[in-house]
Amino acid sequence: MSINPLFWPELGQLALILSLVMAALQVVIPLVGVQRGQWWLMGYARPLAVGQALFLVISLLMLTWGFLQDDFSVAYVAANSNSQLPTPYKISAVWGAHEGSLLLWVTMLGLWGVAVALLSRSLPLDMVARVLSIMGMISVGFILFTIETSNPFERLLPSPPQDGGDLNPLLQDFGLIVHPPTLYMGYVGLSVAFAFALAALMSGRLDAAWARWSRPWTTAAWIFLTIGIALGSWWAYYELGWGGWWFWDPVENASLMPWLVATALLHSLAVTEKRGLFKSWTVLLAIFAFSLSLLGTFLVRSGVLTSVHAFASDPERGVFILALLGICVGGSLLLYALKAPTVASVGRYELVSRETFLLLNNLVLMVMALAVLTGTLYPLVYDFMGLGKLSVGAAWFNAMFVPLTVALSVLMGIGAMVRWKSDKWSRMATILWIAGITAVVFALGVSLVLSGTVKGGVLLGLAVSAWLIVATLADVWKKSRGQIGRISGLGWSYLGMVLAHVGVGITIIGVTMVANYSIEKSVRIAPGQVETLGDYQFEFVQAGTIEGPNYTSQATRFNLLKDGRVIEVLTAEKRRYHARNSIMTEAAIDASLWRDIYVSMGEPLAGGAWAMRLQVKPFMRWVWLGAIFMSLGGLLAVLDKRYRKQRHSEAKTAAKAQGAAS
Amino acid sequence: MHPQRKQRLNLILFLVAAVAIAVGLAMYSLSQNINLFQTPTQIAAGEVAPGVTIRAGGLVVDGSVERDTEGLGVTFRVTDGQAQVPMVYEGILPDLFREGQGIVALGQLNHDGVFVASEVLAKHDENYMPPEVQEALEKAHQDGKASMVEAAGATNG
Repeated sequence: MSINPLFWPELGQLALILSLVMAALQVVIPLVGVQRGQWWLMGYARPLAVGQALFLVISLLMLTWGFLQDDFSVAYVAANSNSQLPTPYKISAVWGAHEGSLLLWVTMLGLWGVAVALLSRSLPLDMVARVLSIMGMISVGFILFTIETSNPFERLLPSPPQDGGDLNPLLQDFGLIVHPPTLYMGYVGLSVAFAFALAALMSGRLDAAWARWSRPWTTAAWIFLTIGIALGSWWAYYELGWGGWWFWDPVENASLMPWLVATALLHSLAVTEKRGLFKSWTVLLAIFAFSLSLLGTFLVRSGVLTSVHAFASDPERGVFILALLGICVGGSLLLYALKAPTVASVGRYELVSRETFLLLNNLVLMVMALAVLTGTLYPLVYDFMGLGKLSVGAAWFNAMFVPLTVALSVLMGIGAMVRWKSDKWSRMATILWIAGITAVVFALGVSLVLSGTVKGGVLLGLAVSAWLIVATLADVWKKSRGQIGRISGLGWSYLGMVLAHVGVGITIIGVTMVANYSIEKSVRIAPGQVETLGDYQFEFVQAGTIEGPNYTSQATRFNLLKDGRVIEVLTAEKRRYHARNSIMTEAAIDASLWRDIYVSMGEPLAGGAWAMRLQVKPFMRWVWLGAIFMSLGGLLAVLDKRYRKQRHSEAKTAAKAQGAAS
Repeated sequence: MHPQRKQRLNLILFLVAAVAIAVGLAMYSLSQNINLFQTPTQIAAGEVAPGVTIRAGGLVVDGSVERDTEGLGVTFRVTDGQAQVPMVYEGILPDLFREGQGIVALGQLNHDGVFVASEVLAKHDENYMPPEVQEALEKAHQDGKASMVEAAGATNG
């Protein structure tokens, strides 16, 4: 039997509706079970979560099928694909615009639900029921939103177009195949931490066990967010043709805010798990982190922002997401207001203790998030009040972030080695002196060697990153008593933290170097001419055209010379995509650990000359290398043994914590 | 007071003070770093002081774009349908910069009434119109109508 492929959109639509039904049941049945104390009803939570995800996956596959089949009778396919589009981009076009990316969003939410369902054997069933029920509520909201306002399966009948309008050329790129799904995994993953927090509030069991369950999930979401943000930055760097890697664009800010709060949450969860403190604060952070993910979705999807990411402005969608945001934030804060006062944190700590340092860490991270929020929403509020249009310059964000990052790094260096409850400065004095002196010497040395002068910004950036890295590694050395063999015995969680903190240091070094020592020049250059920039010469060899599958590009070839020797041949392109007749700049980049060479084309000028942008960007890769370290650190922490062992000991711990709390 | 409590109170007071100072500085710095959008009509009417960094934009006037023969200097004019502002820029223009296209530029007005752009933005989609420019065009259009009505009223009276 074969199904007529003509009906795939209807199948996809049907699957989407069935997933909505499943999600609605997933909300109601387990909660009723919890209410009545009936285990068999709670037991439905897991199969319903799996069922919901299954139908969402079917729906997503149907849409993908439509793209692969060039079925332009479907409006979304017609608008975002083209028969000439290479196959990998036909697949990534599925999430290339609003409707499809929303379907991807809910599918990922469903898959996180499956992960919770499958990996929660150690959890009491009533907790699983509550968590999955809350995740079901989010699903219902967003699946409804998809069906009501942004249905990707809508048909263009009876007269479908001959060919599609093509995928936005900006998005025809490897970075865009992987960036949005990763970022979405992070955004959506925070819903698990959110659901755990609300479930704990509902049950009144806000204890160490809850924090332990919640931690690996939060870390997993955080890893995806970290990679997603780094990928976005990398993509903007090579695809937009300016050589910038962070623009403080509202869409970037929308991803940075949840990351900052999720980072704060990770650290606050550590305190809640180990010491039973900061409980209400941790819950609040979990609520904030997911709310900011939703706010990000609202900002990007409602079209309230001026940005390349705001694909369409549709007030109906904006109002719908705003309503979802309102219900989600309002509802969870109401629950918090009702339940949090009953939560008491017991336990004392001295001024010099890990608790204090983690508190300060949370404070700095929250101030950072608040600064980004202010800078992002200020133009919207200003416009809304009819005062006019304005934009907040990157200079402001930089002015906010530099001192905060310095404070954060200094605290991190100490916070990782200070003991819980109470510690003495004298115990840490040796390491701190070593780290401090190394930091200053290193920063002065590098900045003198590289530029012959001392720049305040360079000194500060290098000093705090060296301080952070040296203090962190010195602590490893001290804990392992200088023996390599002992390092693996320090625990994966601890080593994960070390890796992540070193990663922060690496990123700060990268940012400092690239911000202070980048050189660039825009030139008018004709074939045969040579331009010098820093230690490099750029020889314009020739100009020509290249035929791509769905574009024609004007290309320029350069020899990159150093000390009179050709070290690389660079080909920059300016592509004209046929379907939309739009132009894209493809920069030529020679990347290495120590510096990037970046060549991008401007416009053709008289006499065969071109306007070209030439850049030398030292340590550019370090910015993203640090993010890789952070993610690997997170991965180590998630894989820590104690999360795998917890199956047996969990019930005992929970009972004990319960006893201790009451 | 219990010494430990006193210590904690001091810490809290210190944090509150630090946060208050930080917020104050942040808001002051914010007010220094915002770039208001001004329409060509507003600029032509002399509402913008020279030397103040603003964002200005409109449609690039047909036939107004002139490249220098040497270097990367370019001059052009933008309009909102009512008034025109001459702009100069040195550097690489975005892919979608062309005559008739809506653009937004960041820069300052000099004493000759020429807008010196340090950055020119045009989005990667030819159907896209920067919302600021859209609004400026609509506003200029309406004002134009109003003044025509006024003028008509004046001749009738």
